[in-house]
Amino acid sequence: MGILNKLDYTAEKFESGNIIITSADKLLNWSRLSSMWQMFFGLACCAIEMMATSASHYDLDRFGIIPRPSPRHVDIILISGTVTLKMATRIKRLWDQMPEPKYVLSMGSCSNCGGPYWEHGYHVLKGVDRVIPVDVYVPGCPPRPEALLEGLIKLQEKIRNQSIAKKTA
Amino acid sequence: MEITEIYEKLKKVFETGLGEIKTDIPTEPFFFADADKIDVICMFLRDEESLQFDNLSCLSGVDYDKDNLAVVYHLISYVHNHRLVLKTLAPKSNPVVKTVTDVWAAANWHEREAYDLIGINFEGHPDLRRILLPEDWEGHPLRKDYKVPEFYRGMKVPY
Repeated sequence: MGILNKLDYTAEKFESGNIIITSADKLLNWSRLSSMWQMFFGLACCAIEMMATSASHYDLDRFGIIPRPSPRHVDIILISGTVTLKMATRIKRLWDQMPEPKYVLSMGSCSNCGGPYWEHGYHVLKGVDRVIPVDVYVPGCPPRPEALLEGLIKLQEKIRNQSIAKKTA
Repeated sequence: MEITEIYEKLKKVFETGLGEIKTDIPTEPFFFADADKIDVICMFLRDEESLQFDNLSCLSGVDYDKDNLAVVYHLISYVHNHRLVLKTLAPKSNPVVKTVTDVWAAANWHEREAYDLIGINFEGHPDLRRILLPEDWEGHPLRKDYKVPEFYRGMKVPY
């Protein structure tokens, strides 16, 4: 019954016969947004908040967000912290290895725009969007776990409105 | 042992290679040593019975003044419980300092960092290459006259 309840907003149910009618878009989007596997990857102090969000108190697991050790397994990459130029080359490489459809959540001021290093950080990339396309920006230094959850829910909303027929990004 | 006593002791052994001592300063007192003698002086500081500086607490590179770079050595003796600050100057035109990796193995990575960020060449270092920045980085960014590059591997660097 769990699945039926989750599909409630998209599907027509027939009371007897265990049949659900829905569109391919809605089914795909529902399955994608319910299992956003995450790249196991932290960069700076934001990573501490990300870990706190993953842990039992905030529990990312209940959204189906599970950290995976390989970019080939994952759907989203959380850029959680300061992106140095040296790391940016690695991030680009990880991003290229991720299978489509893939999403980026930029967490914290550093990866949004360079943060406190915007002027005197010769080694910091001023925003990860100079290397990979960002879907959701979460402001904060670092953002609270609630803010990160909000960002992930925004990303779920974005996925919910996608269509395989037309390009959205 | 106080720094003045250590300095006097060194003066008796080394006729050349020691610079002036500065004690009347708000920070920790120190004295200068020559860049081409620093390895011998450090070896003596480590091995002499009454000094025994067995620990290199820190080795840092500094953009010292208009013409000079500097290396600062912070030494500690766990045996005698005394400490020492030692500086050596290297001209910006040709910054070469003798390595102390043979004296304290801990100096290895510290000297690589000083080379990476300030650009001091440590003569005799077994593996002098960048430690923090990417291998293809140009310049030494903690120098005062360093200019941030426009691009690094196609990525725009300034804000």
